[in-house]
Amino acid sequence: MIKHLDSTTSAKIANALIDIRKEAGAATTGAVLTLVIETDERHHYYALRAAREASRAHPSRILVVIPHPEQPFSGLDAEVRVGDEMGPGEAVVMRLNGDLADHADAVVLPLLLPDTPVVTWWPAESPVDPAGAPLGKLAMRRITDASGTHQPSSLAERLRGYSPGDTDLAWTRCTPWRSMLAAALDQLPTTVKSVKVTAEVDNPSSTLLAVWLGWRLGVPVTLSTDKGPGITGVHLGTAAGEISLTRPDGMLAVLSMPDQPDRHVALKRRELADLLTEELRRLDVDEVYEEVLRHITDHDVEAITEAAPVPAKKGTITVTAQPSDGPLGDQPAKSAEKVREQQDPAIDEAPAADDAKKAP
Amino acid sequence: MNAPAGYPHKGGSHPGFQLSQAEKTQLAHETAPDGAAANPLRDAADRRLPRIAGPCGLVMFGVTGDLSRKKLMPAIYDLANRGLLPPGFALVGFARRDWANQDFAEEVHQAVKEHSRTPYREEVWRQLSEGFRFVSGEFGDKQAFIELKETIDKLDAERGTNGNHAFYLSVPPKFFPGVVEQLHEVGLDQGPEGSWRRVIIEKPFGHDLASARELNAIVDSVFPPKSVFRIDHYLGKETVQNILALRFANEMFEPIWSRDHVDHVQITMAEDIGIGGRAGYYDGIGAARDVIQNHLLQLLALTAMEEPVSFDADAIAAEKTKVLSAVRLPDDLGTYTVRGQYAAGWQGGEKVIGYLQEDGIAPDSTTDTYAAVKLEVNTRRWAGVPFYLRTGKRLGRRVTEIAVVFKRSPFLPFTPTQTEELGQNALVIRVQPDEGVTVRFGSKVPGTSMEVRDVNMDFAYGEAFTESSPEAYERLILDVLLGDAPLFPRVEEVELGWEVLDPIEAYWAANGKPEQYTSGTWGPAKADEMLAKDGRSWRRP
Repeated sequence: MIKHLDSTTSAKIANALIDIRKEAGAATTGAVLTLVIETDERHHYYALRAAREASRAHPSRILVVIPHPEQPFSGLDAEVRVGDEMGPGEAVVMRLNGDLADHADAVVLPLLLPDTPVVTWWPAESPVDPAGAPLGKLAMRRITDASGTHQPSSLAERLRGYSPGDTDLAWTRCTPWRSMLAAALDQLPTTVKSVKVTAEVDNPSSTLLAVWLGWRLGVPVTLSTDKGPGITGVHLGTAAGEISLTRPDGMLAVLSMPDQPDRHVALKRRELADLLTEELRRLDVDEVYEEVLRHITDHDVEAITEAAPVPAKKGTITVTAQPSDGPLGDQPAKSAEKVREQQDPAIDEAPAADDAKKAP
Repeated sequence: MNAPAGYPHKGGSHPGFQLSQAEKTQLAHETAPDGAAANPLRDAADRRLPRIAGPCGLVMFGVTGDLSRKKLMPAIYDLANRGLLPPGFALVGFARRDWANQDFAEEVHQAVKEHSRTPYREEVWRQLSEGFRFVSGEFGDKQAFIELKETIDKLDAERGTNGNHAFYLSVPPKFFPGVVEQLHEVGLDQGPEGSWRRVIIEKPFGHDLASARELNAIVDSVFPPKSVFRIDHYLGKETVQNILALRFANEMFEPIWSRDHVDHVQITMAEDIGIGGRAGYYDGIGAARDVIQNHLLQLLALTAMEEPVSFDADAIAAEKTKVLSAVRLPDDLGTYTVRGQYAAGWQGGEKVIGYLQEDGIAPDSTTDTYAAVKLEVNTRRWAGVPFYLRTGKRLGRRVTEIAVVFKRSPFLPFTPTQTEELGQNALVIRVQPDEGVTVRFGSKVPGTSMEVRDVNMDFAYGEAFTESSPEAYERLILDVLLGDAPLFPRVEEVELGWEVLDPIEAYWAANGKPEQYTSGTWGPAKADEMLAKDGRSWRRP
């Protein structure tokens, strides 16, 4: 059911939610958290769809905030969606017009579910200091997406603006790679001497993965770029020989280990809803992510850039080229912007390919 | 740095935030690495990384069975889809069919398409099906087992399964001895140095204590106890694991979880179906052996056990064994046990035949399709609190639940008329379907006069959660491949179950026959009388 409320207030929205629930005969909500999404018109549909999908695993009240400061008159328009075709749970899409656009927290606060966690997600552009932003302040968990922004250099900003409880979907995208590599080393406990990561130009996930590997294994890492999609391969040089995990097509990877037959691994690039579901699974501080951010400025990463075979301006992760005491995160990155423009933000990095190959 | 505002406490015990098994096993792994140097990519703080089973394969006996098609094969696909199976995972089918590998793959493909929980993805299927093999043969045929061994050795070389294999005996118990013996004969029970061999068996674990011991002896003669995994699929269900979270992660339930406040406990597992095509299996076994001995006693154990010192397999088994060994039967078995047989009737608008009219059932069969017993748990916590267990086929609806019914308040500052409609408080764990917890308590009826009436407060674990919560078999198969045993009943628990049930079965065999009950109702009248004698009544679940 969708109910439109124009020139409304938070209290009226809250009443509408209760009314709809009562009409449906259900007295309570099973939601375990409130998910606040701050975004723009262009991204809100995909974000909402992913959030509703994630709501199957983590029942949430979803509050979508779309600021419209360009509107001449201040006011709040809302769409209350409960039990519609998008999925379970309840969602409110709110458009904040005029001056109200600067006061999203005042609109959202009365609508938060009592005494349950609040998560704020910026699917596209995100504030420099998420925890300090009006909607970030309300949340215990703040999710950004370095791949969703027009500034691929934003990983460095992530560290500058980092507060415990921040996390980024670029990091979430690494999980399948990380778990497969960890599993490979479970099978073959050996000393890793070198690491090479290959990925698409301007892929923040590959930087995070490379930095994580460099930090955990204590070895230099080279990061080189190719056509993608996304991360295309990791090669670990070990005492026993080379372990490699390569995924040229974004779907099926091959794991090669010394003295063992090559094995196929399904390592599909995941959809936004899957990423969000993983993200909502644990709401405590992700210390590993924090540590990886810190290591971005460390020596391991200088090694990355030095060894990278492609010139920095062509799209190696330039953020890492900065001297550690210099200003971070203000590198020009026009080429990347063009790439981003063509992408559908709803899907993990390579939507067109995914859809085309989807099984009937 | 800004402190996160808004939500003061971390994580906690909210059911939405339980540890997944992968996380649990990972944490367990941190504390107990398998001797090798610690993997630098593993970190206890890194809770995103699931634990993926090491290289291994699964050999399935009885691949053509219903369970295999509807549950096991889809569960394997779902695990692969979730990225939890090792690269190079191999599935070997063993059955009498004259199939080639491709025919087997086609069979699995059908099963996966029809029954898998997660969406079908071609690339997952492709990498999974590369590891499918089929061996055709009888369960007693040595030549077939030699062929099986060759297949497995080849898989180790081609797929890198490294000698790690689990044998899933999805076959009737009468074939166990043959299969286990053949595995031993051809040397499949022992892998190369540093590898493992495990065996998975399904209920029934015997039909009485003696046969259970015999069966265990056969399996134990070949496989060491820690390599034997007995599947009770109820224990793989999220809601059943949630009993432990509910009881031991919360402050508000445990203090009243004793004879001081609990009046009695009712554990129900009702099915709306009849025996279907399972006459051969079911007749002579009956509801009590099929359900009470394993599922219901396991639920009783989880409900009544003391807090384990940790969540590892040994600690949980110790508590379950303790409480099961304290279970006592009533002296008067005639009054406090009831059995029944479904008769023809209209079940939910459909005309159905009675048990004795089913195909393959003798008209004078005394097999119980309904069983209810009263048990007590002789511990300080539970002395004097009856546990009523019931199960049956062709009952009102399909439901499994545990109802902890509390005593009435010792004093009510209301007049009797004001509380006439107030029952006993109850906490109900709904295991299936509609998973969740219901709390029943009294509340004032709105209006000018003071009247108190029962109301229900629901926590729906189901609805939203079920779609993405893993099937029991996924969880259990993964645990076997990981070698993680907390959710598998041990041989002691199986034997204690039979010690409870054997005297009842003996009494039934010697006295009378099952009472008929109309299909679609809640069982024979005697079951109601049994509780009425104690001044109680069954909940309508």
